[in-house]
Amino acid sequence: MFGKLTLSAIPYDVPILVGTFIGAAIAGLAVVGLITYYGKWGYLWREWLTSVDHKRIGVMYIVVALVALFRGFADAIMMRSQLALAYAGNPGYLPPHHYDQIFSAHGTIMIFFMAMAFMQGLMNIVVPLQIGARDVAFPFVNTLSFWMTTISFLLVNVSLFIGEFSQCGWLAYPPLSEQQFSPGVGVDYYIWAVQLSGVGTLLTGVNFFATIVKMRAPGMTYMRMPVFTWTIFCTTVLIMVAFPILTVAMGLLGLDRYLGMHFFTNDGGGNQMLYLSVIWGWGHPEVYILVLPAFGAFSEITQTFSRKPLFGYKTMVYATASIMVLSLVVWVHHFFTMGAGPNVNAFFGIMTMIIAVPTGVKIFNWLFTMYKGRVEFHATMYWVIGFMITFSIGGMTGVMLAIPASDFVLHNSLFVIAHFHNVIIGGVYFGYVAAMNFWFPKAFGFKLNEAWGKRAFWLWFVGFYFAFMPLYVLGFEGMTRRMNHYDNPEWHMWLLIAEVGAVLIAGGIVCQLTQLYVSIRDRNLAENRDLTGDPWNARTLEWSTSSPPPFYNFAILPEVHELDAFAHDKEAGIDTRQAGGNYQPIHMPKNTACGFLIGAFSFVLGFGAVWYIWWLAAVGLIGVIATVIARSANNDVDYYVPVSEVVRIEQEHSHNLMAAQAAE
Amino acid sequence: MKKKILPRLTKLVSLSSAVLLAGCTWDTLDPKGVIGLQEKSLILTSVFAMLLVVVPVCILTLVFAWHYRQSNTAAEYLPKWSHSNKIEVIIWAVPSLIILFLAVLTYQTCHSLDPYKPLEAEANVKPIHVDVVALDWKWLFIYPDEGIATVNQMAMPVNTPVDFRITSDSVMNSFFIPRLGTMIYAMAGMQTQLHLIANEAGDFLGESSNFSGRGFSDMRFRALAMPADQYSAWVEKVKASSEQLDSASYPKLAAPSEANPVEYFSHVDTGLFDDIVAKYNNGMVMDKSTGKMLHVQQSAMSDMNMKE
Amino acid sequence: MAQNMTADAAHAHDEHHESPVVFGFWLYLMTDCIIFGTLFAVFAVLRDQFAGGPTGHEVFELSGVGIETAILLFSSITYGFGMIAAHENKVSTMRTWLGVTFLLGLGFLFMEIREFSHMVAEGNGPDRSAFLSAFFTLVGTHGLHVTCGLLWMAVLLFQTAGKTELNERMIGKLTCLSLFWHFLDIVWICVFTFVYLMGVL
Repeated sequence: MFGKLTLSAIPYDVPILVGTFIGAAIAGLAVVGLITYYGKWGYLWREWLTSVDHKRIGVMYIVVALVALFRGFADAIMMRSQLALAYAGNPGYLPPHHYDQIFSAHGTIMIFFMAMAFMQGLMNIVVPLQIGARDVAFPFVNTLSFWMTTISFLLVNVSLFIGEFSQCGWLAYPPLSEQQFSPGVGVDYYIWAVQLSGVGTLLTGVNFFATIVKMRAPGMTYMRMPVFTWTIFCTTVLIMVAFPILTVAMGLLGLDRYLGMHFFTNDGGGNQMLYLSVIWGWGHPEVYILVLPAFGAFSEITQTFSRKPLFGYKTMVYATASIMVLSLVVWVHHFFTMGAGPNVNAFFGIMTMIIAVPTGVKIFNWLFTMYKGRVEFHATMYWVIGFMITFSIGGMTGVMLAIPASDFVLHNSLFVIAHFHNVIIGGVYFGYVAAMNFWFPKAFGFKLNEAWGKRAFWLWFVGFYFAFMPLYVLGFEGMTRRMNHYDNPEWHMWLLIAEVGAVLIAGGIVCQLTQLYVSIRDRNLAENRDLTGDPWNARTLEWSTSSPPPFYNFAILPEVHELDAFAHDKEAGIDTRQAGGNYQPIHMPKNTACGFLIGAFSFVLGFGAVWYIWWLAAVGLIGVIATVIARSANNDVDYYVPVSEVVRIEQEHSHNLMAAQAAE
Repeated sequence: MKKKILPRLTKLVSLSSAVLLAGCTWDTLDPKGVIGLQEKSLILTSVFAMLLVVVPVCILTLVFAWHYRQSNTAAEYLPKWSHSNKIEVIIWAVPSLIILFLAVLTYQTCHSLDPYKPLEAEANVKPIHVDVVALDWKWLFIYPDEGIATVNQMAMPVNTPVDFRITSDSVMNSFFIPRLGTMIYAMAGMQTQLHLIANEAGDFLGESSNFSGRGFSDMRFRALAMPADQYSAWVEKVKASSEQLDSASYPKLAAPSEANPVEYFSHVDTGLFDDIVAKYNNGMVMDKSTGKMLHVQQSAMSDMNMKE
Repeated sequence: MAQNMTADAAHAHDEHHESPVVFGFWLYLMTDCIIFGTLFAVFAVLRDQFAGGPTGHEVFELSGVGIETAILLFSSITYGFGMIAAHENKVSTMRTWLGVTFLLGLGFLFMEIREFSHMVAEGNGPDRSAFLSAFFTLVGTHGLHVTCGLLWMAVLLFQTAGKTELNERMIGKLTCLSLFWHFLDIVWICVFTFVYLMGVL
């Protein structure tokens, strides 16, 4: 009846988990209680959970990403603390069973649910506005994507309290992840969470590629697209190429585990290196899926706050596109030490290094964007400058790892951990936070507090160096990753420094939370409100509409004559909004609960399959299919916004604009 | 801004000097064998080549950001300037040249440091052979020439090439002695090869560098490099052990164990290594010297059941 | 002028609603293509890993597979006739052709399941060897797609029941399924060639 699920699956004997559960339960109840108290359930359901508005979906993605950041960071600081303690015979406070789950969960959550969710949130909020569109190509698919990501994250968190998570690292290398060596449900949680979120991401890729190809504003040729849109464009291509490979990797590992097949097993003719090839066939492009949008955000921010167009727009586009192509032919550099021949290793090593060229060019482009500009040290620029320095170092260590013969001594050591945190924190995370600070007023109509933003930056920046520079050293000292305890006294000092770094980063996160709190508290102060829709005097179309934009984004679709259309219009004295123009009824999609329902049923399917509760899995699967069919039968999916409504909203914004101009 | 950057810079400088001072104890940068030495020099060469561009970029970032700050109205401001062929050529050429240099270096070192390439030894020094099996969670070393085996400890004479054959009878591991250089994966059903040499005597840490489950952190061994006479004495010591390793006692050894103590076996079944590889390959094993697939007698492994 | 623009805008808008669907579905098919491509690559790696089990030569029966191939190819043609009828707005003709396609697809699936169950009954299931794992997964994934296609076809048959004409949205759905069905046909030709023919010859 309940498959493998018994009461013993509840870890009530692990104090850390019980405490976490109580904390989560209290927080959850508080949220539920508050929503009930203020009677906001209906509002939440109608306006958010069932929304097909890309801006709201984007906001929800970022909320999920921030929750994932806390969860992932809690894992991180627990690991650092364990290693600061567990030395010279002291076992620390986390036994391997628990510790191994934590580092597996940390990587899985940070990549799939922090970074991917954050990135999809940003592209949701920005891309349709930036290309002058009213929505994405498939609004319903968009809400479905969001819910698939969210329920997968939920599934990972359920594993905290019911059963266990994978103990095989974030990529679950076989044969360790096979049934023979990992008979528990941990790997199954991992497989289902990754698989279901992968579906969501794949659909996002298709959706935004179609959006960018088909829905750009009139006159916006490819070479007039803003750089952020370009990077998202390349990212969606990579998603469409890479995520199906992930689907296959997870599928085959699942078939091995569930049906006793022999893809990656030791026996029966299986080949574990095949898994490495397949998973890294996804995994390496994934790195660029994450970092390209960050590059795009840095480009937008640098040009805006340098008061100057981006240096070498075309170069930037070509560099982005060449990174996109090259990222597909480098995956073997993740396992140079498997014993492939020198020519194979040399090929993949050199291909990897070549990526450093377009990446280096990008750094120079940002550098020369600041050159002869008027650089405003807004909080977002701090992240940009911090990024340029940190990422240069991370890129250098990346090339070191790309040289096979160097990799022979650095592979799988803490050097690798230091390297990829160097590029993922210094590149991806700095970029996303900068982007959040930059586009926050667009999404909400008020700015984020700058002082707290700068404090967060300094703590993250300094904390990063404290946390990860020692890991480079430890790599040279021969400390391998994923160790639970050690007895080399020379390592201990460095691990203590790294612990200090983790604490500083914790301070950075607290500052970010405070920044959110203070900004929301002071949102109505005149200096914080964004009445014009263009708080930074920026260059691209998303700033031409109000903040937050009306749900239809643009009453009249903007016309694009040049790159940086909005900057061009401002100079030429053209009203991009064409306020008071000839308004027409606007065709918009209706909200739908189908995305939520499919997500919920997918969760049931995943949970049932993890625990071998087959009737429950069947309920989930049938629920998914039935919802899809019901959705396809529903013809009442769109409506027209009447002109009177458009006029009312637009006039309100015009008033605000005039008031703001008068105040100046 | 300036106030905040300076203390950070001093912090970084002091950190990096601390790093340099401590440098003498870094295993991979203080190698005891010629492979490790070459890898160290490769790492340093590549770092210096890249620093040629990374350092100027970091400095220029700070200089440009500071010089062209909003409040410095004395600085030149070109609000429309966004293109320069001259700069474009330079920013593509400089990284390209460095990468070209590194690519040549990569190609050469991929061949010169190929772990499968036998090492050249001084005249009349014969390489020793060691077969390594990664088990849950310990290392088994078989000395086929001596007919002995050890667990979690290996020895080698100095200035003598060591030819390793490496496999696993469990999950994937990676065989690594940081002081000697190159690591390589240990995988069930496959045999990888590795050639190392110790040019100085010493007691080196050996470890698995690929996560392999619960007992991973204690999956360490000592690699003892010693003069030839001491090595012979070590072999004799192992031969004096009362324990033997055969198809009957092997399953007991192969069963999972954590923080396994050092064990010596005075005798080991010939062909144990081949049997371990072959049992995942339907009885087939590749002969290292000829590259041909051979069929191994299954009888020896009939009671070597696959571990749970 | 203004009116012209409005008409254009409205027209452009309606186009927006039609063309992205087929385009988006085509993109999805390309991602599906990568799934199959990866599965083919996996099969290529594992095709000789018999682990003491049977080879393709021993388990494949080309005659049955030949009939399956013929059925599936023919079903593509009948679907094509269905689409011609759909574009001419002949609903009942379209439904008849769709029904024929459905039956052919069902026949294909039936034969495939019979082949699979024979193999499993003889002890040559997917857990026998890596070769058989790769075979069952590749062919089974195709079969799963055919099943989804049939389910979709049944839904469209149901949704067009009693209709006298087809709106744009329905034509869009039929077009997507048509792309899907032909795509499966192409994949099957690759399966037939690389898995069955090359396994036997």
